[in-house]
Amino acid sequence: MLTELKRGMLFTIVTMVLFGGAYHGVIWAIGRMVFSHQADGSLMRDATGTVRGSSLVAQAFTRPEYFHPRPSAVDYNAASTGGSNYGPTNPDHLKLVRERLDATVAGEQVQPADVPSELVTASGGGLDPHLPVKAAEIQIPRVARARGAAPDDIRALVQAHTEPPLWGVFGWARVNVFGLNAALDQRFGVSR
Amino acid sequence: MQIEIFAVVLTIAITIATSIPIGRYMARVFSGGHTWLDPLFVPLERLVLRLSLVDAKEQQDWKAYARSLVTSNLVMWLATFAIITLQGVLFLNPDGIAGMEPTLAFHTISSFTTNTNLQHYSGESSLSYLSQMIAITFLQFVTAATGMAALVAIIRALGGNRLTALGNFYVDTTRAAVRVLLPLSLVVATLILWQGTPMTFEGATKASTLEGQEQTIARGPVAAMVAIKQLGTNGGGYFGPNSTHPYENPTPLSNLLETWSILVIPMGMVWTLGEILRRRRLSTVIFATMLALYLPLVALAVSQEIGGNPAIAAMGVDQSTGSMEGKEVRFGAAMSALWATSTTVTSNGSVNSMHDSMTALGGLVPFTGMWLNNIFGGVGVGFINMFIFIIVAVFIAGMMIGRTPEFLGKKVEGREMKLASLALLLHPLLILGGTAVASYLWATAPDPNTSLAWLKNPGSHGFSEMLYEFSSAAANNGSGFEGLGDNTPFWNIATGLAMILGRYVPIIAPLALAASVAAKPVAPESAGSLGADTATFGLTLWCVVVILGLLMFMPVAVLGPIAEHLAVR
Repeated sequence: MLTELKRGMLFTIVTMVLFGGAYHGVIWAIGRMVFSHQADGSLMRDATGTVRGSSLVAQAFTRPEYFHPRPSAVDYNAASTGGSNYGPTNPDHLKLVRERLDATVAGEQVQPADVPSELVTASGGGLDPHLPVKAAEIQIPRVARARGAAPDDIRALVQAHTEPPLWGVFGWARVNVFGLNAALDQRFGVSR
Repeated sequence: MQIEIFAVVLTIAITIATSIPIGRYMARVFSGGHTWLDPLFVPLERLVLRLSLVDAKEQQDWKAYARSLVTSNLVMWLATFAIITLQGVLFLNPDGIAGMEPTLAFHTISSFTTNTNLQHYSGESSLSYLSQMIAITFLQFVTAATGMAALVAIIRALGGNRLTALGNFYVDTTRAAVRVLLPLSLVVATLILWQGTPMTFEGATKASTLEGQEQTIARGPVAAMVAIKQLGTNGGGYFGPNSTHPYENPTPLSNLLETWSILVIPMGMVWTLGEILRRRRLSTVIFATMLALYLPLVALAVSQEIGGNPAIAAMGVDQSTGSMEGKEVRFGAAMSALWATSTTVTSNGSVNSMHDSMTALGGLVPFTGMWLNNIFGGVGVGFINMFIFIIVAVFIAGMMIGRTPEFLGKKVEGREMKLASLALLLHPLLILGGTAVASYLWATAPDPNTSLAWLKNPGSHGFSEMLYEFSSAAANNGSGFEGLGDNTPFWNIATGLAMILGRYVPIIAPLALAASVAAKPVAPESAGSLGADTATFGLTLWCVVVILGLLMFMPVAVLGPIAEHLAVR
């Protein structure tokens, strides 16, 4: 029994060093050498070098001159993420969806049938960086008004920030909200 | 919509096609043959064994094999428990996270030692980088390898003729970890890192958002862990929402890779069996039976999720992309449903959408996967569960044709049936018994919504949350209806115990069963023998699995997801 225990302990230590330590070191080294931007979290900096966010992580946008991302159950808190975990029939959930729908219909001046469900449902991680194309399109008139820009110019920017499905098959065509909003600021200036 | 279904079909086809060469590779590794990766990984295997003072030539009978398994797991449990409770004073803790509270630590370590990866904590706020690496990721490698080793021992036993030696636990585990899981993890980790999964030892970063607020973005050594949590049917994520989080699963390509990683080893192990036993037809029959259980579940989940939530449709919203609460745009409803099915039929338990927010009948699919827990299955262990069903099917078929039941030329007798029944009945006992206790506590508590406050959702969905937690624990799955407020002493200890029983009994009982079969002489197969490698047997097995495996869960399914479904229509 004692040899058995000793073997178990040695095996634990050896594999802990290998899989808990060395394995991480190898992947980390690959990240540093080849993919340092991704390894750091795809952070986006402005001209002064300040980190403004990550292209993979949604942040809160509430002002009319920006495109708004999908609702977040954790208020875009990227240090404590999660979904709503509401069941499909939960009255609290349906009330919240109804409120978001009313707000979107009023804010974008559209009919409920024009509102894609992505704009009234919370994403799984609370940080979904994307919008389906249609969910961005219904926001174009409002953004154009707020920025005093031509809707067609805004539309061109939306198209430029649309990622196509992988190999035409996987994932819907989708708009990266952070990238689009950063491009808006660059093109039309930051309105404060 | 059609393109989404095509994406699902294509993913399954790619995974099946690649599982065959990987299954053959594993067979060569476990039977001591040569592979093209040997120059890189064989020296590493030898080094691990030498440093652990393991005599690679030592052969163990089933008792010695099981003793090594339990002893090593016990040592790992104690070591990692110490690490996470003391993480606050240890190094590699840039975000200053405190040591974990004891009942939560008991649950967490039991969960990862049993390859379950049920999490009652959120990684980004509860574990230091050190704990994520040398406690969690370490266990994700070694416990997956343990499950594979146990299966390999059982396969050897099935092929044996008056055999008592089943191999060496440490050799098998090391081979599984070093020569199967490690190479695949290196590849997958590198690819998802390229796609955007972070790999850094620096702490959380502060961003000044475009609207001028401050956003703290948690990150860490994520890519290395995500690869093995997918490949080793572990499922425990770096961040709370698992592969729903854009850092764990940044693009449709990473999603494809991670979905592939859930299934490829569990599928491959079925081919490994046929290679080692030199019975490829048997593998094909078992694989086809599993596929015939898996595909209807995929179809149900996909159709329900792309169909959307009727309660939201009633508001007049455009729901053409399906039910999107708890789902991410870059995956879409269909690929989320495929993942939900795959992660629960195997004992993976990672998620790329919130299962709690699935449609009522879509949500029944993960339940079914965990109740069966034998389709492809966890790395190794899922097939072990199917082995139990095979023994039962052989027994029933034997009774039906009035012959002594036999499998691969070995008689199946009273002792084997007793062990099979033990393994078979424990699973529903843990799930139904546990849910009954939890429901009783809830029903008898004065004002449970404030005194217990477990349930996020009312009515039948609340019942489903409790049922899911015990199903996930007993099946060593690890996914959750995460609305359940499960970080309480009751849930930590009750599901902790369910995981331990749900892991070790279904490994040790089949090991004993297989050893008992191995010790018997092989009777020559005759015209009267029951051929296990025929379509007829496959169909029999399918029926036995559905009837025995699912019927006992019918009442709770009706009380939970089905009642909810009927309430909406």
